[in-house]
Amino acid sequence: MNLTLKVWRQKDANSKGKIETYPVTDISSDMSFLEMLDVLNEQLLEKGEDPVAFDHDCREGICGMCSLFINGRPHGPQNATTTCQLHMRKFKDGDTIFIEPWRAKAFPVVKDLVVDRTAFDNIIQAGGYISVSTGNARDANETPIPKEIADQAMDAASCIGCGACVAACKNASAMLFVSAKVSQLALLPQGKPEKQKRVEAMVAQMDKEGFGACTNTGACEAECPKEISITNIARMNREYFSAKLSSNNT
Amino acid sequence: MSWFTKTLTSSIGRKLMMALTGLFLITFLIIHASGNLQLLANDGGKAFNLYTKFMTTSPIIKTVSYILYTSIIVHVIWAILLTRLNVSARPQKYEYDKLGQSSTWASRSMMLLGTIILIFLVIHMKTFWFVYKFGEIGMVTYDGVEYKDLYTVVVNAFKNPLYTGFYVVSMVFLAFHLAHGFWSGFQTLGLNHKKYTPLIKTVGLIIAIVIPVVFAIQPVYVLLFA
Ligand code: HEM
Ligand code: SF4
Ligand code: FES
Repeated sequence: MNLTLKVWRQKDANSKGKIETYPVTDISSDMSFLEMLDVLNEQLLEKGEDPVAFDHDCREGICGMCSLFINGRPHGPQNATTTCQLHMRKFKDGDTIFIEPWRAKAFPVVKDLVVDRTAFDNIIQAGGYISVSTGNARDANETPIPKEIADQAMDAASCIGCGACVAACKNASAMLFVSAKVSQLALLPQGKPEKQKRVEAMVAQMDKEGFGACTNTGACEAECPKEISITNIARMNREYFSAKLSSNNT
Repeated sequence: MSWFTKTLTSSIGRKLMMALTGLFLITFLIIHASGNLQLLANDGGKAFNLYTKFMTTSPIIKTVSYILYTSIIVHVIWAILLTRLNVSARPQKYEYDKLGQSSTWASRSMMLLGTIILIFLVIHMKTFWFVYKFGEIGMVTYDGVEYKDLYTVVVNAFKNPLYTGFYVVSMVFLAFHLAHGFWSGFQTLGLNHKKYTPLIKTVGLIIAIVIPVVFAIQPVYVLLFA
């Protein structure tokens, strides 16, 4: 198939970028979206031009490194799918495809389609962990956890930290990401001892990074490649209010 | 800053203020809308004028009305703070954006809807509340007691098709604000539950339709039949 790509090009963080148009030809419908971009980059290299910079790592939908705002939606037209798992059969011959970076004050563009997602790392560093050495693996049934709770925690833990929720939100809010990380630990016995400190620190860091506030539009949930639910946001709010009321942290 | 102010100025704290004031305003709307129904009593305005007197003199109602004015002011100021934060969080827009598909228009337009409601409130307060408190207003006597005749003021205002048109259109915007706002307020408070959220969403839609319709019936009725 032959396509017209409209790609955001930006030399570095300080330059002003713009959309450039590139035709690509003979794209197989079996290719992944990133492989299609690889083809474009080979073309550009042959012509002696600068290839398009984009993020990726595992290319199997688990690392959260790929991003891309494709045709007006984060991770493109297929629901519950990361950009690396999106295939060209979702497009038609002759299509024009817009490819842009995530847009958020907290995610500045580094180059072309690559954004700096350090803000997410800072939020995790603020409290998204359990600060005890666990030692060897314990006996599996030593700490009983109901299956239903384990499932909820697992669903929250499936967040890959890609940032599509921020990209999709009209307020560039990171509430879905932060609530997934807060929930995943608050639901389990291992995470409970530090849950108050954690939610306070992570929300404070989230605000400091310059993300917007949530208006409950639900766009994040609709666009999340891992289908993280906004019930996590409600849980985080509950955790936050109760921590603020009863923690010793003044 | 103390932990308390820090909480209320955090992103979630600001949302908490919006939800508490917003949900309180909804309870007020329900009372106000049902009280107004007395306009429809075919008694030359007696029921309505008695009700107005009660609403402006009863100490309990007066106290509640101060909470109400505070709520509106807090709701509006926090709305501006939040919207400024939210706009600044995305300084550069997308060139091509189909995000309209993944959320409702009302949920994305709360500030626009709220601003129209605010303009409505200001005009509404000027025509009725201000005239009642400070303006020139006729008097009527029922059973030997004098009452301010707000009924006539209301009827005269609603006989103006422009005023009634503006009133009805504003109610449409209120409907959209409530359609998203009601369940959103609960979600902000953390009240999201498998058992209750579907109910909250349904009740929200009913409220979003019934309250504005009840408000709108009165000017339309006056315009057409009085
Ligand atoms: C009778 C009048 C009003 C009622 C009953 C009302 C009710 C509500 C409710 C229940 C919410 C949801 C809160 C939440 O999501 O947690 C809300 C949100 C909002 N309201 Fe109002 N409101 C009214 C008037 C206004 C006015 C006058 C403005 C602005 C000038 C306004 C601006 C907003 C905004 C911007 C939001 C979204 C806040 C956010 O979620 O970030 N509202 N309103
Ligand atoms: S919540 Fe979903 S969209 Fe947001 S970072 Fe996690 S996986 Fe990505
Ligand atoms: S590259 Fe790892 S999730 Fe897409």
